[in-house]
Amino acid sequence: MNDAMLTVDRLRVSYGRVEAVREVSFRAEEGSLVTLVGANGAGKSSIVNAISGIVRPRGGRIRFRGKDITRTPAHRLVGQGLVQVPEGRQILTSLTIEENLQMGGWHAGSAGIDDVYDRFPVLAERRRLPAGSLSGGEQQMLAIGRALVAEPSLILLDEPSMGLAPLIVDEVFAVIGEIRARGTTVVLIEQNARRALGVADRGYVLASGEIVHEGTGAELLADDRVVSAYLGIAT
Amino acid sequence: MVDIQQLFNGLSLGSLYALFAIGFALVFGILDRLNLAHPAVFAVAAYVGIDLVTSLSISVWLMLPVVFVVGALLGLVIERVAFRPLKNRPDAHFAGLISSIALAGVFIALLQGTYGPDTHRFPAEALPETTFTVAGAQISLVQVAILVISVLLVVALGFLVARTRLGRGMRAIAENPTAARVLGVNVDRVTATTFAISSALGAVAGALFALNVNTAQLGMGSAIELKGLAVIIVGGMSSLPGALVGGLLLGVAEVFTVQYIGSSWRDLVAFALLFLILVVRPQGLFGKRKVREV
Repeated sequence: MNDAMLTVDRLRVSYGRVEAVREVSFRAEEGSLVTLVGANGAGKSSIVNAISGIVRPRGGRIRFRGKDITRTPAHRLVGQGLVQVPEGRQILTSLTIEENLQMGGWHAGSAGIDDVYDRFPVLAERRRLPAGSLSGGEQQMLAIGRALVAEPSLILLDEPSMGLAPLIVDEVFAVIGEIRARGTTVVLIEQNARRALGVADRGYVLASGEIVHEGTGAELLADDRVVSAYLGIAT
Repeated sequence: MVDIQQLFNGLSLGSLYALFAIGFALVFGILDRLNLAHPAVFAVAAYVGIDLVTSLSISVWLMLPVVFVVGALLGLVIERVAFRPLKNRPDAHFAGLISSIALAGVFIALLQGTYGPDTHRFPAEALPETTFTVAGAQISLVQVAILVISVLLVVALGFLVARTRLGRGMRAIAENPTAARVLGVNVDRVTATTFAISSALGAVAGALFALNVNTAQLGMGSAIELKGLAVIIVGGMSSLPGALVGGLLLGVAEVFTVQYIGSSWRDLVAFALLFLILVVRPQGLFGKRKVREV
């Protein structure tokens, strides 16, 4: 089967009568890094939540590794290797760091926790502390590490650089590069469009719930219309 | 000189309060909802327990695990009927409260329809008669069993919540249901399991209570309902150790009041004591001052 890792076909998402996503289609080939960029409210998070089964789509089809997952609930998808790192990190602050990682292994088991500790020694040092004691950047690393424990074949990162200091953003992007180097397919949602397009194989620019431009990351960054209209404020 | 006899009576009764109250605390802690069908489970379990011992002639000790299972099934019904259909309403807290009161009414009506309005008792030959003499106090096997079983179940629940995968899932849902879903937790299933455990403990409490006083009455759930709520408020709402300590405290306070002041003062003294604790510690004995995130 020559299906892509993820195929989104004419996806529609609405909240009541408000259409957040209108007929959005895109693909992520196995092992690639695809980014969806666009302003706040462009529909990026709605797309991610529809893919990961948190929001029920109004229309369209979503296929993951050749299987239709349009109506599959979130808890099944995680077990199948489709894992989301949600916007705002959604760390369980009252649980310890280790318990957060164990929650990441709800389906896959805890075998991957040691790898996360090797990559993020700061998490290992504080494993017994409540996750709420971590700084924002550390919490983002925990959120990503928690998703990796689930052994994803596709990881959806929703605004991983949001609210972080520039140095920490560098580290987040370094980690994203490593995830991709392992062969994991990455769908990256970012407001920091230049940064995201800079690392992406393929990018899609969203505005008002529709894809208005697409191309390789380099093509989009070289396109003056895209840069002036949609990426002007991003740095 | 502490009266060993009364102290033991109080601890035994209090451990029952704790076992009952912990069912409230578990559901409240994880879902932020009060399940007011819990007292009805307590009453149903007492009748079913007596019926099992009477009509099947099984021993009271064998009856308890059966009642545990019956309680778990009732918990699944409560979650499915009174809570799940309303969970996405903006007023879900209040709606669940009301629908669980309604379901409690249905349970009690079914109980009355099945067993009639009269008080039920265990057959005399089924009750264990063994007593021990400890430091001059007469302690019955039933009382020892109540204390041991209740405390063991409360401790086992504490272990489950703190140390197991299911317990982590429960705590994850308690803090952030959306995050739990994103992590792959089947929130509906963990929620239903929580109700099943809560009701199973409430059911064992009901059967033990019936064993303790050799009586089951239709109103026994309502009689313990306020005590259970008072215990978790004093303990710190969702705190399991708080429910244990609060329950024991209430039991001891009641028994000593009856002994030294008079039985008509029982509720006054016991609740005044709980009130005083709340004046000193408004968050409850083990409660944390916290603001729930929206």
